[in-house]
Amino acid sequence: MNRHLEAAPGYRPGHTLPLRVEAVRQLRRRRTLVMGGLLAALPFILLIAFAIGDGDRPGRRITLMDTATASGLNFAAVSLFVSAGFLLVIPVALFCGDTVASEAGWSSLRYLLAAPVPRWRLLWSKLVVALAFSVAAIVLLPLVALAVGTVAYGWGPLRIPTGGALPADEALLRLGLAVLFIVLSQLVTAGLAFWLSTRTDAPLGAVGGAVGLVILGNVLDAVTALEDWREFLPAHWQFAWLDALQPELVWDGMVKGTAVSLAYALVLFALAFRGFGRKDVVS
Amino acid sequence: MGLRLAATRRRLVAGAVALVLLGGAGAATAVVTGSPEPVHRSDQRLTMPDARIDTSFFTTGPSDRRRPAVLLGHGFGANKDELTEQAEQLARDGYAVLTWSARGFGKSTGRIGLNDPKGEGADVRRLVDWLAERPEVQLDGEGDPRVGVTGASYAGAAALLAAGQDKRVDAIAPMITYWDLADALFPENVYKKLWAGVFFTTGSLAPDGDQRGVPGRSGADENPGDPPRRGGGNSAERPQTRPHNGCGRFQAELCRMYERVAESGRPDAEARKLLAERSPAAFADRIRVPTLLVHGQSDSLFPLDHGDRIARAVSGNGAPVAVDWIAGGHDGGDNEIDRVRQRVTSWFDRHLRGDESVDTGPAFRVSRTGGINSTNGSATLRGASASDYPGLRAGTVDVPLAGPQQTFRNPPGAGPPSLSTIPGLGGGLDQLRSFNVSISQDMPGQFAAFRSKPLERSQRITGTPTATVHVRASGATDRTRDGSGTEAVLFGKVYDVAPDGRRTLPSQLVSPVRVTGADEGRTVRLRLPAVDHEVKAGHRLELVVASTDLAYASPLQAADYTVSLADPALSVPTASAVRAEAAAFPWWVWGLPLAGALVAAALLLTARRGRGGPRPGRAETDPELADVPLEITGLSKRYAGSADRYAVRDVAFRVEKGQVLGLLGPNGAGKTTTLRMLMGLITPDAGEIRIFGHAVRPGAPVLSRVGAFVEGAGFLPHLSGRANLELYWRATGRPAGDAHVEEALEIADLGEALDRAVRTYSQGMRQRLAIAQAMLGLPDLLILDEPTNGLDPPQIREMREVMIRYAETGRTVIVSSHLLSEVEQSCSHLVVMDRGRLVQAGPVAEITGAGDSLLVGLAGEPDAERLAKYAEQAAAVPGVTSAEPAPPPEGGLLLRLDGATPADVLGALVAAGLPVERFGPNRRLEDAFLTMIGGPSA
Repeated sequence: MNRHLEAAPGYRPGHTLPLRVEAVRQLRRRRTLVMGGLLAALPFILLIAFAIGDGDRPGRRITLMDTATASGLNFAAVSLFVSAGFLLVIPVALFCGDTVASEAGWSSLRYLLAAPVPRWRLLWSKLVVALAFSVAAIVLLPLVALAVGTVAYGWGPLRIPTGGALPADEALLRLGLAVLFIVLSQLVTAGLAFWLSTRTDAPLGAVGGAVGLVILGNVLDAVTALEDWREFLPAHWQFAWLDALQPELVWDGMVKGTAVSLAYALVLFALAFRGFGRKDVVS
Repeated sequence: MGLRLAATRRRLVAGAVALVLLGGAGAATAVVTGSPEPVHRSDQRLTMPDARIDTSFFTTGPSDRRRPAVLLGHGFGANKDELTEQAEQLARDGYAVLTWSARGFGKSTGRIGLNDPKGEGADVRRLVDWLAERPEVQLDGEGDPRVGVTGASYAGAAALLAAGQDKRVDAIAPMITYWDLADALFPENVYKKLWAGVFFTTGSLAPDGDQRGVPGRSGADENPGDPPRRGGGNSAERPQTRPHNGCGRFQAELCRMYERVAESGRPDAEARKLLAERSPAAFADRIRVPTLLVHGQSDSLFPLDHGDRIARAVSGNGAPVAVDWIAGGHDGGDNEIDRVRQRVTSWFDRHLRGDESVDTGPAFRVSRTGGINSTNGSATLRGASASDYPGLRAGTVDVPLAGPQQTFRNPPGAGPPSLSTIPGLGGGLDQLRSFNVSISQDMPGQFAAFRSKPLERSQRITGTPTATVHVRASGATDRTRDGSGTEAVLFGKVYDVAPDGRRTLPSQLVSPVRVTGADEGRTVRLRLPAVDHEVKAGHRLELVVASTDLAYASPLQAADYTVSLADPALSVPTASAVRAEAAAFPWWVWGLPLAGALVAAALLLTARRGRGGPRPGRAETDPELADVPLEITGLSKRYAGSADRYAVRDVAFRVEKGQVLGLLGPNGAGKTTTLRMLMGLITPDAGEIRIFGHAVRPGAPVLSRVGAFVEGAGFLPHLSGRANLELYWRATGRPAGDAHVEEALEIADLGEALDRAVRTYSQGMRQRLAIAQAMLGLPDLLILDEPTNGLDPPQIREMREVMIRYAETGRTVIVSSHLLSEVEQSCSHLVVMDRGRLVQAGPVAEITGAGDSLLVGLAGEPDAERLAKYAEQAAAVPGVTSAEPAPPPEGGLLLRLDGATPADVLGALVAAGLPVERFGPNRRLEDAFLTMIGGPSA
């Protein structure tokens, strides 16, 4: 018998719930597959919409939408444009909000904790995997759009709505930067969802709560009377990535948006770890 | 001059002025409240020769504290009311601030003399005299106050003139102003007709005591408190605007000069002289005080070369100079008001107050326009600076130009003209500019163009590019009065041409040049507009020489100009010493994430994780208990929200190796709570749990020696049973070989269902799978909570045997149940709990009473006599200590054994002829259980 052993042979706290295992656990879930499919399908839906619609209506304000069919890069940028405000919030809220709460809902959380997977280790694995899934979701959309758009409209420079164009190689980098910013700006959504996820056993509550608060942020941002205070709303910067898709790259909005998002996210992640570390798991 | 053009808002008159009592002696005072520090303001009209000057004096704090003074002037077409906010700000910064409306503006009377040294110049001297009398103002000597002068445009020139004319002035900060007004309005002897027209019309319209009707546009904010006073409604109660011979309040000689030049479209020497005499340039050698020069890049009225000439003159006199090129200017754009005001204040802090610690900024700074911030739609600005002012021709490089000799037309009537600058509009296109949108346009057939090859590297132009061209005019009949021959007026500009052909005219600026004797052919060095502009790699530079421009007067007679490059190089100043400053972000861009990180760290570091674990003063590990699977002492737990009710209170028991321990109690007895604490899922409020001597806390490693099934199964419903077990084991991080999956699967007995998703399982299947999961890795301590729920009878029996066999291997099993029969048949030891308390603990036999007892049911319902006889016979069996009739309702005999096994007894009884019908243990345990939990144990 294992006399005097502190733990079962081969047990090492830092090796519990490896990222790969957690990824496999989450990957086969239906919601993951549905979300991936939806994001991958969106560019095709847009493609059909642009094929059906008649784009030329002079006298309107020129927007990114008008350049959608100029090149694959333009199509990818437009796909981001239509989805960045809300659609891309959902996978982040879903992956980060569902991850702990659903385990609690299935009661599998207590078996993991009794295995024992140390609580910080459990949260860490879950957070890393949830963030990785979120990033994958955000990257998937423009990637598919770029491929679809390139096939449909050809490879060429990114045409800028107000005139001029960015050479394709630079535009590709800029698009990458825009996606990177979207990822960073969604950290706050991730933090919020993740924190809620550790507070509730209802996955829908965590996801819905995070999405609801994002909507609240959007509403507040529309209140112009708040003036400069709006700069501290993460939602204020949600389209700052457009600054990367103009002739002169502007960092200001993206840096501020990242700062705001990062600050909130750090606090929310810390709240999640703090609360979960001492929580009585009764689910 | 702050000419107010593009905006349509009418000037407003400060309500405060209405309070002013008329007359030089009459002064009204009011304390401006609602601000951090109240600013004391007093208005007075000072009598000057030929004019009364309307002034306001701003101070804070006690009036006997002497402090430096600042004279703050306004732009052309405005009056002192636009300065109130800035004056209050300066007053709060500790200065005595005097604002005034210049002659002919606001409520000041007198004629506009365009900073006439004998008019406006003398006024400023008298204002300095007035300041010297004030008790608030610091003095350098008798009648010599410590004073600085600042203001934009018209007032900027007044500041320069004050420094040149009055030795008492100690520092100046002129902004977007001129050095030589003649050069500003008649550059290269070409009449800048649009600006001059706007300029003189503004002054001419200025009615008595009001600037109504002058469209306003400047960086200065309107006073929010000003009551709007619109024209029309009150025209009856005020004197009608009565232009003085169409000249408004201009001095007559200025008016005559303007009319003369405007009509001829060509400035004359007399006109130049008149303006030059009133310009700061006339006092160039006498301006010897520290000078902060703010100039606008979007300024076709007073372009950057005016600032350059001021800087060279003043620093030539040995005084410190700093040059700041803002993004805006008279053409509009961002005038960076807050930053500029800050810099002016720093300049005065250093040079008036003598505070050596103040950083007055770099000797040269330029604001560069980046792209658009799409969040708020503003153009972004970024500073670049150098420790020395580079001038306009620093670090020149030659960019080769190519193009044949070209002949183009000067159209009769000089129309339609090419388009470059539109006063008040050009720089307002900052934002468009960053999108490469340009309004400039050259009329076909009216220009020559010379292009460079695409640049290999991006190249910054900072200053004045120059080019040398050869010009010949033919057919021109515009003869100068002095008979110097045919004249041509040409407009030089440098375009930035993108690879896709889009052309950008930096700052919308163009340089005119008048070429005399052009019919003979002349070689002309073109000084092109001073700009700060980056030409990207792959872009070309294009020199355009045009015959017309909307903003300027050019010869009306038709002519053909032939232009060729005399020198195939465009000499471009790069000022490479000017380096981009680190992007200026507000403090919170770094501060907020840092604060977030600190808060996060604090949250994590102060988290109470220590609950559970050993009791105070006891070691984490107790080696003496290393063979004791479980020891619980003093365990208590109250759930949040039910502070008065204990879920578990003061429970203590111990489990030894090889035992099958039954944890018995009715629902709500605290069994599950105890097991949860045992698994580290919830933390006890008091007491400790030791497993194999190690104190249990959430996630304690020793839990890896425990397998548990508590309160139902917990699986990922979308995965198969096999995948669930496999992933669970991988989640423990332990070697796959230690799992003993096959043994566990045997217990689960799921057959083909093992590869179906768990969500399709029945309750019993999940239950079995969960027990199998608990047994993965053959844990030293196995905890099963209500394991037989949902199992059918054969499976229940099988489960009992599994548990007993498991304990026989030296491992330990804890089974909790609310069913007596369950524990009775499989457990060696019991812990009975009720309402959170431990009622009794010990071997099953001990709890059921001393010794074993058997109940023997007899056939045929024997009467008492026969029963007594049977009892006698039974008592005679060896190993039976007593036998007596059992009390109703059971009936039969109750035997107490001592050493005999039930099997032996049964055999003996049957052999003795007793009609044994039933034979089993006496249900004393149930009695005991009911007694125990029924009593006053809570």
